Amino acid sequence: MTATDPAVAPARTLRPDQVDLRIDLGPMVLANPFVTASGCFASGQEINRFYDVNRLGAVVVKSITLEPRAGLPTPRMAETGSGMLNAIGLQNPGIDAWMAKDLPWLQRAGVPTIVSIAGKTAQEFRILAERLRGVPGIIAIEANISCPNVEDRNIVFACRETATKEVISQVARVSTVPVFAKLTPDVTDIVSIAATARAAGAAGVSVINTLLGMAIDAETRRPRLGAVMGGLSGPAIKPIALRAVFQIHQALPDLPIIGMGGIRTVTDVVEFLLAGASAVAIGTANFANPLVAAELLDELPRWCAARGIRSVTELRGGLRL
Amino acid sequence: MTSIVSRGSTSSVQGRSSGPLRAMCEVLAHRRVGGYQALTFVAPEMAERAEPGQFISVAVDGAGTLLRRPFSIFSVSQHGPWAGTVEIVFDVVGPGTKWLAERSKHDVVDVVGPLGKPFPLPAQPVSCLLIGGGYGAAPLLYLASELQQRGFRTDIILGAKSQDRIFNAIEAKRLSATAQFTTDDGTLGTQGKVTDVMDRVIEQARTGVIYACGPMPMLAAVSHVARRHRIPCQVAVEEAMACGVGVCWTCVVPYARKEGVANLRSCMDGPVFNGARIDWDRLGMGETPAPPPAPGGDAPGDGA
Repeated sequence: MTATDPAVAPARTLRPDQVDLRIDLGPMVLANPFVTASGCFASGQEINRFYDVNRLGAVVVKSITLEPRAGLPTPRMAETGSGMLNAIGLQNPGIDAWMAKDLPWLQRAGVPTIVSIAGKTAQEFRILAERLRGVPGIIAIEANISCPNVEDRNIVFACRETATKEVISQVARVSTVPVFAKLTPDVTDIVSIAATARAAGAAGVSVINTLLGMAIDAETRRPRLGAVMGGLSGPAIKPIALRAVFQIHQALPDLPIIGMGGIRTVTDVVEFLLAGASAVAIGTANFANPLVAAELLDELPRWCAARGIRSVTELRGGLRL
Repeated sequence: MTSIVSRGSTSSVQGRSSGPLRAMCEVLAHRRVGGYQALTFVAPEMAERAEPGQFISVAVDGAGTLLRRPFSIFSVSQHGPWAGTVEIVFDVVGPGTKWLAERSKHDVVDVVGPLGKPFPLPAQPVSCLLIGGGYGAAPLLYLASELQQRGFRTDIILGAKSQDRIFNAIEAKRLSATAQFTTDDGTLGTQGKVTDVMDRVIEQARTGVIYACGPMPMLAAVSHVARRHRIPCQVAVEEAMACGVGVCWTCVVPYARKEGVANLRSCMDGPVFNGARIDWDRLGMGETPAPPPAPGGDAPGDGA
């Protein structure tokens, strides 16, 4: 889109480069609202083959655990109606190998990095956060307390207020950067979990993780995932994600929210901002199009400019009720 | 008719000057080869960068589909009026491949590639045996043409359920010193499995290296025979993929490394692997007899 003649263009129309994309995420300012959903972007290098990932507001890396994890048996993925199930099982090289191999690249490339951490206990979460103290390039920690692909699904921390409080308070106590709690919508009341996370010291919440689901092959009578159940993502979950962001923002309007769940188009992005998200994470859409986050980053200022929106922060919570 | 996507027109091509890229590619040809479909895309940059064993992933628009479909590259042409083309072979197994089968000349399709690691070529002249199952023959015929250009002896074994599932027997004969066919029902060549004729070909051709592509149980069986003959064996796996670009960790294969067995991504660390180092036992396809088949172990490249 090019500059239009002000005499004929509607008075409120801007040029895309006049749109301020910066957003506040609690104590942080991101260059733009686009981050990546953990587990959908590895640690950035693979997608950097297609574009400079340091253009994004931040990269949220695939969850890191204390020890290396081999992950779950295949098949790990099943495509479902407008969505997909995954059961990867937090496969990752462990914090030591990640800091030795992946982190240096992120630092060299100047990628604002949010490290997703996952532990089996609150203590493991704390140790992970301690290892990340004062490390250059890391702008925040995302505590993944809601991964559905864990051995004991009764220990999904974000399903219980007490467990949420324990993990987030331990991480927040030792972390030198803001802590975001990644929440699951598989709860009776996500607002109370978000409020608990905030009270325990979370700077914000990442909403939502995948929903626990399953798929069955009628012919073979087998589950389509090796792990039987897995996390549902993609456009199929977008209405649920919007609802969760909306509910949390209504109850806790000052709490920064990274909204995610099925975002694929620029209007999806805008809808999440209107519901109350400050930033948006692109997840499954990266699988369908490795360039999607960069394309949305180019499209959002055009969308705003055409509507005379000077700053994307104007959109946050702008839902008309 | 001028090409929609031509060399130098960069507007529809995104990516770096090397490695994989994304392009909107015009369909130049859609043909049937035996029981399979073949699509040729105008993709000059990809044609220039592709090597045998690599794949492309294609965005499809079938009912309820979300993810790209990965396909081994069957052939590339870098010259001619269309500047450069890439051809893939597939079978209609679900809504994604059904949609793809409905594409015709001049349709435009969203393609990412070339992806994955190619077949490593022998450093010095050696007798090569290429073994393909079903449309797993496609990347091997691409490899065979490269080996032929280098003057290496190439023997080919293709196997399938029946004659119409053998991909491109004519091309296999043209590109090889000897070509053998095996079918489960005996409608072409020897009745049986590719491994039933391997020993004989290896002895006659003094095979020095084996390349294979096809369903996992076939690759397991071929790897076991290769190991018995102490012949290096490179296999291209057909694992179900979500992203194809290395970020989702869906398409993993258990692989023995110095530090122990690790789940490697077939889209990034493969699809070509050293067959001797894949942990077939863990996949329920070990050399010990009669293991139960692993769920999804014979999944085609396009699971939907």
